[in-house]
Amino acid sequence: MISFQNVSKVYNSHSVALEGVNLTIQPKEFICIVGRNGAGKSTIIKLLIGEEKPTKGRVFFGPYEVNKLKPQEMPALRRQIGIVFQDFRLLPTKTAQENIAFALEVEGRPQSEIDEFVPQVLDMVGLAHRARNFPHELSGGEKQRVAIARAMINRPAVVVADEPTGNLDPIHAGDIVKLLLKINELGTTVILVTHNREIVNSLNRRVISLDNGRIIRDEANGKYVLA
Amino acid sequence: MTLVLFVFLNLIIFNVLADSALAILRDKIDISVYFQTNVSEDDILKVQRSLASLSEVKDVEYISRDLALQSFKDRHKEDQTINQALEVLGENPLSASLNIKAKDPRDYPVIVSYLNNENLNNLVDQVTYSQNQLIINRLANIAETAGKGGVALTVILSVIAVFVTLNTIILTIYSTRDEIGVMRLVGAANKFISGPYIIQGVLYGILAAFLSMLLMVPLISVAAPYVKVLMPEVNINGYFYSNLLKLTGYQLGFGVVLGTVSSIIAVRRYLKI
Repeated sequence: MISFQNVSKVYNSHSVALEGVNLTIQPKEFICIVGRNGAGKSTIIKLLIGEEKPTKGRVFFGPYEVNKLKPQEMPALRRQIGIVFQDFRLLPTKTAQENIAFALEVEGRPQSEIDEFVPQVLDMVGLAHRARNFPHELSGGEKQRVAIARAMINRPAVVVADEPTGNLDPIHAGDIVKLLLKINELGTTVILVTHNREIVNSLNRRVISLDNGRIIRDEANGKYVLA
Repeated sequence: MTLVLFVFLNLIIFNVLADSALAILRDKIDISVYFQTNVSEDDILKVQRSLASLSEVKDVEYISRDLALQSFKDRHKEDQTINQALEVLGENPLSASLNIKAKDPRDYPVIVSYLNNENLNNLVDQVTYSQNQLIINRLANIAETAGKGGVALTVILSVIAVFVTLNTIILTIYSTRDEIGVMRLVGAANKFISGPYIIQGVLYGILAAFLSMLLMVPLISVAAPYVKVLMPEVNINGYFYSNLLKLTGYQLGFGVVLGTVSSIIAVRRYLKI
């Protein structure tokens, strides 16, 4: 479903972000990508969502060859990938439900659909009672759950979570991971990029370890090992 | 942008004024041919017919000696000395004349040279080619130069307006970059992201158009009396109000084009679409 074929990304001669990366991710997989800062984890995500183009190699997502997509073809790709970031990226002037509805509005979906889907997904992330709260009225964990709900509202094939627990305490971090597992059980591929050793070790799922832009380990039931 | 549209509007009105001023003055130019007093009316009418057949000539008016005397008397009926002098003289001292108007003021030299040919020389006493021509040429030159200056000013100010609008929109883009980021994240189409900024540019244009029309209202009412003194035939106030819709249309069109161009440049450069 997702495949990186001999992908390299060089920002300049002193900074090689990725080098010769080969990677295949099957549908409904749950994978963890681990590595130190600057190992190339975020670059993989940027290449996958078309925010950057590879210097060499090809990136496939389902029917799309991402590195060849034109700017006007990008939105269609992005609607199939739900993305969650460490800093949540919620709009501060919109309530929780408005933030989620926004993802449908930008697609021009009818109001009736928005009214139907938003409460469903809020319920799924356990925030039905916080629908009318603004981001500053929510805890970090709640904000991240709103972000996940927004990522899920388009029923994407893949959810990419880039350090989703980075700003959260262990309890909230655990909640987020449980939510990601639930999403995965419902049939969505989940790519979790994280620094958190305990989470990776407790998941016991496929782990891809990066170092200096190269894949140094790719294990089916992996642990967090960087050395 | 209001300033640009204001200058543009002034340019339109200035052109209207200059055109009507030139038309009025051109209408006042003519050539008068005075014939010797002994030339018969038949001969003069023959000359009139031959002149009328020239393609450059618009109109030839015959003023007989009697008519000339009559209008002379009318003009000076208050002046006793002149009336007495005429009585003493006993006969009509005035010549018959032809007043010639050309279709185009530039054709007068052609007509003058026609009148200077030898056949006519012994009939004609004198030809007065009114010296207005020089003034008219000068005025036409001034109007043309001012018109070119106005166009240049409009172009320069347009470029400045595009830059200013561009920067305003870039600032808006910058201040809403988080929202833009989220839009991209959730897969908003480029049209959806850039649409509001294009509309913003268009709205600036519309607003500027109406503002410049509003600015023009006091200017016109202040300028109208002065224009009337200079050119009684021109009613600048009337022109402005009877063409209000057309002028507003021009302003809106120009404003919307400027606004759209600025926002498209801003969106292309800073939204990377």
